[in-house]
Amino acid sequence: MQLVAAIGAKTLQGLEAFGRFWVFAFQTQRLLVADLPRARLWREVMPQFYEVGNRTLPVIMITGMFVGLVLAIQSFDQLYAAGFEERMGVLVNLTLVKELGPVLAGVMLAGRVGGALTAELGTMNVTEQLDAMRVMGSDPIRHLVVPRFLACLLLAPLLTFFCDLVGAFAGWLIAVQLKGVPSEPYWYYTADATEVWDVLVGFIKSVGFGGTIGLIACYKGFHCRAGAAGVGRACTESFVAAFIAILAIDFFLATSLQGLYNALYGFKPLIQGGG
Amino acid sequence: MTDQIQQATVRPGGEAGANAAPVIELIDVYKSFGRLEVLRGVDLVLHPRETTVIIGESGVGKSVVLKHIVGLLRPDRGEVRYHGRSIGEMNAGELARLRMNFGFLFQLGALFDSLTVAENVGFPLVEQGRRSRAEIERVVTEKLRMVGLDGIQSKRPADLSGGQRKRVALARAIALDPEIILYDEPTTGLDPVRADVINELILKLRREIDATGIVVTHDMASANKVADRILMLHEGKFIFDGTSREIAEAGDERIRRFIEGRASEKDLRSLRQES
Repeated sequence: MQLVAAIGAKTLQGLEAFGRFWVFAFQTQRLLVADLPRARLWREVMPQFYEVGNRTLPVIMITGMFVGLVLAIQSFDQLYAAGFEERMGVLVNLTLVKELGPVLAGVMLAGRVGGALTAELGTMNVTEQLDAMRVMGSDPIRHLVVPRFLACLLLAPLLTFFCDLVGAFAGWLIAVQLKGVPSEPYWYYTADATEVWDVLVGFIKSVGFGGTIGLIACYKGFHCRAGAAGVGRACTESFVAAFIAILAIDFFLATSLQGLYNALYGFKPLIQGGG
Repeated sequence: MTDQIQQATVRPGGEAGANAAPVIELIDVYKSFGRLEVLRGVDLVLHPRETTVIIGESGVGKSVVLKHIVGLLRPDRGEVRYHGRSIGEMNAGELARLRMNFGFLFQLGALFDSLTVAENVGFPLVEQGRRSRAEIERVVTEKLRMVGLDGIQSKRPADLSGGQRKRVALARAIALDPEIILYDEPTTGLDPVRADVINELILKLRREIDATGIVVTHDMASANKVADRILMLHEGKFIFDGTSREIAEAGDERIRRFIEGRASEKDLRSLRQES
């Protein structure tokens, strides 16, 4: 009986926190729409662009490079054995653009920026700086969350673009320079198989990831418990929640966008069956 | 003592403002955090231009009372009124405007780390809007001069000593010439000399801006120096309401122990058992 009560209490707590998160997200969206034409918002976003963009770019590019290298290394032998090595670019670049680029850029953003945002806002929370803002008639969601959310939302696709770019170059380096695949067919087949739609799918995903990371990081900072331990725990929870959300959103978007593509353009096979 | 507490709700404690209409009223306020019941039916009436000091042991809920007054916390039961109007019935905009009438000195200062001293003190002025940059600079200089710190405008909070941080936070709290100033543990963490500087500032501000003051403290020297009226909070209720002379003569063992700084027999017994 006690077990049932404990499970019930935990479920209620979870639902309550989930509800609070959506109220927080709704308030952020409402204030974002209201403040978009205001110069003050853009003045407040500029330092966040620097924090989110400039400081994350190197790790994102390093991530993209290794993803490209590993994809090329792992796919070469199998494709070579089947006589498809000239089509290696399709596998490497399509995987990067549609899936691994946005997901891994999102994960790096969650780790590098999400953790820092939660720590910053969490520290402001436990040192009563958020309360101080409220007491002075200011809305901390408007001045702290909206600029950070907007920076994550707008810069995630840009960071994903750099991740894809470096990954594509690294894949080409392995395939063409190391393994001797001819460069021209490598790019020809890549261009033939990769559509604008595929690039768009990657960017839609990255926008979703960026916005979700920003919201979760700010929410966790705003609701962390007192003390250094509370802030530390909030940072960990923020990363874990953002990581799971990235994977869940990825699955949801992959399924729905694939369905939409098939409905609009029909199924397009990348591999032609033999016989 | 019960009679004395009941009197507190109908009798203004000090001499100043005794006949004026109340500025703040707390009526039968209850507040719990999880299973911890902090306030158990608090009644409080504050009159204009009085400095009321709330004393009590650490963790007894003194700061919780302050946060109810500015609407940072909502009572589980009961009501908080500002000039006869229930704060609980106000919408977000009204609450933000209401808070412009309050200055709040937080325990740790709650200065914004990322802003300079001038930007911190000018923050409520910017939030209020309708002021030119020159006017904001003038008010910032005036308020810093009032707390004896003119000339440090360009410094960051991290560059200041504990006492200086409190004084800058006080300058920020009075930036809008508030009707009511709330001081949350203003002398905690300061040496006796710095603490006395803060006490003198509280008295000076009362003289110069004629504000109603509410001071939460466990520092009896500070309480005796600045109070028109002292209230003692114990186990979720006020158990004393009177002047500093009256509290010095109080016979209640709980009050005597607090003002003389003596541990209870129960605490001493537990210490003996541990050793």
